[in-house]
Amino acid sequence: MKTPSHVYVFGTCLIDMYYPRAGLDAVALLELCGMEVSYPQAQTCCGQAAYNAGFSDYAAEVAAHTVSLFHEENWPIVVPSASCAGMIKHHYPRLLANNPQWKDAAERVAERCVELIDFIAERLPYERLPAEAGTSSRVALHTSCAAQREMAVAPRWIDVLARLPGIDVCQPANAQECCGFGGTFAVKSPDLSQVMTEDKCQALLDLEPDCIASGDCGCLMNIGTHLAYEHGADPCIHLASLIAKAFGVHHEH
Amino acid sequence: MSTSFAQRIRLALADTQLRENFRGAMQFLRTKRASVVAHDTTWEQLRKEGEQIREQVLAELPDLLEQLEASCQRNGIEVHWAEDANSANQLILGIAQQHNARHCVKGKSMATEEIGLNDYLARHAVESLETDMGEYIVQLANETPSHIIMPAIHKDKTQISNLFAEQLDEHGDPEDVDRLIGIGRRVLRDKFKRADIGISGVNFAAADSGTLCLVENEGNGRMCTTIPPVHIAVMGLEKVIPSLHALPTLQSLLTRSATGQTMTTYLNLISRPRQPGEKDGPHAVHLVLLDNGRSRIHQDTDMQRTLACIRCGACMNHCPVYTRIGGHAYGSTYPGPIGQVITPQLEGLETQAPLVSACSLNGACGEACPVNIPLPNLIRRLRERSQQKGFHTSRKERILWALWHQINTRPRIYTFCLFIASRLRWLAGVGPAAWRRTRVFPRPARRSLHARMASRTVSKTGERAP
Repeated sequence: MKTPSHVYVFGTCLIDMYYPRAGLDAVALLELCGMEVSYPQAQTCCGQAAYNAGFSDYAAEVAAHTVSLFHEENWPIVVPSASCAGMIKHHYPRLLANNPQWKDAAERVAERCVELIDFIAERLPYERLPAEAGTSSRVALHTSCAAQREMAVAPRWIDVLARLPGIDVCQPANAQECCGFGGTFAVKSPDLSQVMTEDKCQALLDLEPDCIASGDCGCLMNIGTHLAYEHGADPCIHLASLIAKAFGVHHEH
Repeated sequence: MSTSFAQRIRLALADTQLRENFRGAMQFLRTKRASVVAHDTTWEQLRKEGEQIREQVLAELPDLLEQLEASCQRNGIEVHWAEDANSANQLILGIAQQHNARHCVKGKSMATEEIGLNDYLARHAVESLETDMGEYIVQLANETPSHIIMPAIHKDKTQISNLFAEQLDEHGDPEDVDRLIGIGRRVLRDKFKRADIGISGVNFAAADSGTLCLVENEGNGRMCTTIPPVHIAVMGLEKVIPSLHALPTLQSLLTRSATGQTMTTYLNLISRPRQPGEKDGPHAVHLVLLDNGRSRIHQDTDMQRTLACIRCGACMNHCPVYTRIGGHAYGSTYPGPIGQVITPQLEGLETQAPLVSACSLNGACGEACPVNIPLPNLIRRLRERSQQKGFHTSRKERILWALWHQINTRPRIYTFCLFIASRLRWLAGVGPAAWRRTRVFPRPARRSLHARMASRTVSKTGERAP
């Protein structure tokens, strides 16, 4: 297969509104890998939250909208969030199976959808990294459910971090367990969500990390806002930003 | 049950003993399973085979059941069809009365839990004693199983020791588990000898040979099916398999997933009543084929795979919700992810819709399922149906999603909303109360990714982005 030189970026709504720097860092990393990046300005949300809440008709229309923006060019669609990538890759075909206009395009879009870290893992110019980092940083990695299961990219996350100088990666106890976010689950089952979030945060803090990293914005938001509530500070960082920092291409502001 | 699911969740979460018991037990079961699965390169292949066998069964279910009936009858097993719980109970009581039975011993069977057989028989002056140690403990405590494989997993050894002291006046040392369990075993041993009827479940039933397969570890299943003069096997009608050729695959998937064993201590294959010249075995064997809503599920193509389940319990062992609240909180015979899928279908979404919302769709159950049942997808489908029918969905929720839909299908409105959010960042404090109970609400960034990418395009090319 010819190595693509052009990619689409689907930024995701959470990054768009809350963590735009992670999105810019994702773009910077793709450019560092020699990619030309297209960011369709009409993009919105992938529809996952509505789909998981049972509002599949609404989700299907949002999915059709997304497909209409990303189907034309045969470029990979890079998503800096494993669960949103999973939504496009694994659920769009079913959601649009009965939509004569977008059915085929949905399948093509699903096929081309990739998670950011998985996509750049073998493309990053590791030779440009400094041999040794000035300081060492202990990173607690939260491999999200979608990264572990639906997208099966969690091993890639660990691989990439292991190749960065000065980064000591560790994973919490019960790493395979959900952080308790689950979209509307956090609001519809608040008691369950709360204990799951507390357990996950405690397991992460037990590692005494300098920061907590993940490639899934839903989890980062859940973990980060809980820690901010409990301790006043949010130690979370998106993997794209962490990696971009190591390569010196990250956005400070 | 008088309390709501939400209330039961809160009670369970507040019970530290219960949470410790479940966390410890689930951790143990997950590790045990991983020890016989993780390093086996053939595991995924085996799962695939298991999935195919179960799919084939569902595709040919009516034919296989007729074949099973004919094969059993040929072997001298009497076959009964029970449309619902009540008719199953009546049938079984009828058999008991026919034999003037007063005492039944029973092996572990979720199907009989589903129909409430023990209570029914007790109401008609027939004792039905559980003989699986976990089930026996649960019955002594007048409780229901909290797990489909480990019924008493919610109790620790001290609680069991206290229970035996209270109910049997036998004082066992909670630190010496073998002797503690020995107390229960002695009581049961005597009951086996005097029982009029043995009742069991069925793990698999081979249609071509009419063989009932029963998987167990304690030997109580063998006692129940060989010592009493009459054996009644109760089986959900989806448990049929084409032939014994399918057994090694399914049995291996079942025991590894359930208890991390490559093989259970006992595998009973029951084909016929005692024959002339044989020295043991029951003189009469009855098979009760239980429908109780299963044929309805079978006709529902979107949900049919619910019936592929082989009742191993791996989905609950890996579920982060079950691990924290245990089985009783669900208030249904089958707890955990498979219970969240079965119960609303058996009892109706109207009352059971809250069950399907207690799931973060993290996918751990689907990953653990030995026959690849797409449990998260089935749960999501039930959410779709609840929502469509208006169960467990507030007016506010509907309005918000309608609004969400309007915004996310209209890019101009979406971008405008982003802009407003970035200007009214203080509004972040106004998120849902359920979220804010344990979290701050995130503040929108001053400039969205959209805005930043737009100006980036401008600075790079000198043109406005399309």
